[in-house]
Amino acid sequence: MDKSEKPVGMTLIVQTVTRWLKGPIILYGIYIVFTGHLSPGGGFAGGVIIACAFVLITLAFGAKFALGRVGKLLASELDSLGALMFVTIALLGYVGGSFFRNFIQMANPAPPFRIFSAGTILLSNVAIGLKVGASLFMIFIILAVIRVVEDKDGKMKMIQKKQGGDN
Amino acid sequence: MNRLPLFVAVPLFLAFLIPVLGRKWKTLPDILGNLATFFLLLLSLSILGISGVYAVGGWPPPLGIVMVSDGLTTLMLLIVALISFAVTLYSIDYMELYTSKTRYYSLFLLMIAGMNGVIITGDLFNLFVFLEIASIASYALVAFGCQHEELEASFKYLVLGTLASTFILLGIAFMYGTYGTLNLAHLARLISENGSTAATKCALGLFFVGFSLKAALVPFHAWLPDAHPSAPAPISAMLSGLLIKSIGIYALIRLLFNVFGFTPLISHILITLGILSMVVGVFLAIGQWDYKRLLAYHSISQIGYVTLAIGLGTPLGILAGLFHLVNHSVFKSLLFLNAGSVEYNLGTRDMKKMGGLQEKMPVTNATSLVGAFSISGLPPFNGFWSKLLIILACVQAKNIPAAVWAVLVSIITLSSFTKVQRYVYYGKLKEEWKDVKEAPQTMRIAMVMLAVCCVLMGLLILPGPRNAVLTPAVNALLAGREGYFNLTFSR
Repeated sequence: MDKSEKPVGMTLIVQTVTRWLKGPIILYGIYIVFTGHLSPGGGFAGGVIIACAFVLITLAFGAKFALGRVGKLLASELDSLGALMFVTIALLGYVGGSFFRNFIQMANPAPPFRIFSAGTILLSNVAIGLKVGASLFMIFIILAVIRVVEDKDGKMKMIQKKQGGDN
Repeated sequence: MNRLPLFVAVPLFLAFLIPVLGRKWKTLPDILGNLATFFLLLLSLSILGISGVYAVGGWPPPLGIVMVSDGLTTLMLLIVALISFAVTLYSIDYMELYTSKTRYYSLFLLMIAGMNGVIITGDLFNLFVFLEIASIASYALVAFGCQHEELEASFKYLVLGTLASTFILLGIAFMYGTYGTLNLAHLARLISENGSTAATKCALGLFFVGFSLKAALVPFHAWLPDAHPSAPAPISAMLSGLLIKSIGIYALIRLLFNVFGFTPLISHILITLGILSMVVGVFLAIGQWDYKRLLAYHSISQIGYVTLAIGLGTPLGILAGLFHLVNHSVFKSLLFLNAGSVEYNLGTRDMKKMGGLQEKMPVTNATSLVGAFSISGLPPFNGFWSKLLIILACVQAKNIPAAVWAVLVSIITLSSFTKVQRYVYYGKLKEEWKDVKEAPQTMRIAMVMLAVCCVLMGLLILPGPRNAVLTPAVNALLAGREGYFNLTFSR
């Protein structure tokens, strides 16, 4: 961070702990996404955990830092791509016989309780994880950082708050 | 029925493709949005009147989710596709007033996917999910301009809409707790075997309240006069023309006729709600000076006609109700698009400030006249035939008071639209509107298209077109629980 600027975010303790924890949290979220078909969890829960890691970074280091890592544009694209991926999986099933058909492992059943044992379910979970993680992060950013203001012509406009991320 | 999932899949796919690609090519949202609705229009024409079942994922009912198509489904799909095509055409120029077309088309297609999903699904929880997709997209679209009035209306709509969804979800929980299935046809079979238990009655009451809120029947109408006028004009046309019908009336009558079974009590409730909406709506409408707010109150009134006619439960009544539902979609969308093109050019919705626009906006004036004649029930426009059928059905069912109310409300509707024509289009042109121009090309095409539909749809009264379009829908409802079960489990 730039020393000349006013310090943003939380204290050094929080920032240090966040720096240690962000990796494991994201990893745990990915684990939840990838084992959604075997144990409790799945795309939604995993996506929320991944988004929480970014929320924690935003709280600890300020919005400017977090948005430098994952921009609004990127989050929006990831959000759409997740949903697109989900619909595409459904449509591939449609091409192969039936809408949402599990076209990967219907023919050759794999041994149960393996990561690759549920065909399209794993892929769908990844898609949902992307979608949920990105949209939750966007909702947080919009609630915390973006302000709607009125410009000179009386039209509403969205701007980024000056001292983003102060708590 | 292999084409059935495309009604949901295509708009859903494009709704998420447009935000990804729309940033780079500015005209892409327009092109993709219009292509999507045109494709849906062709698709819905191709399956008109065909009944069938589609098992999602290859899982047979009642295990998997099914999509069911019968006469009523295909009729609703056709009308959704027709109106949304006209509206996307209109949006090309109109939405230049707003900032983000990418987001607009994305939400718009999500709303269509939700409505189509509600119409084709044969599963109770699936119906709820699609209903929420359509509703949430519509909350966002009402607030699209982000001005004070729009945000307030959207918030009111959101609170009442969520309340309705909660009622519906609670009803679904009752049904699932009692019968252990969510498949509509399977539920119908179980209800007819077990008779009406306390839980069924409770669920029925919850569904009644929930879907009446979504359909804005009096006394559940409080959100509509705020939400519909505040939205951008194409969205007002979608909300009044389609949304309250597909996720309100359609879902309600599907459940009442094909799942719970139609009883005299239900008939009484529907008739009472219908007459109440008809009368209250039109009396609230006549004093309005806000162009779109007046139209919004008329939506309540006309939905009352539909509910009354279907509530009679006779074949003629259902035919009249569905006919009026389809007609109302067309002429109310047309009237909202007219109001939109006046607002586009003048920047105001206050009718007191307008006047003499007929010389400046001849196309808007002519199409608005067609719409006004249709909604007031003047021959030979479509509204006349459906209102005539409604009155005949009331008389045939020996419900003379309902027939009298239908006639009276129609007369008040006429007077109210005389006011619209008089204050907006006739009279002296005010000095400040000297430089007003006619609406742009695509907006004119959309309005003319709907006006032509208003005239042509009167032909649906003739036996040939009627048997092709309306009669299968009536039969689908009259088939009741048994017919719906046999259709869903036909494989």
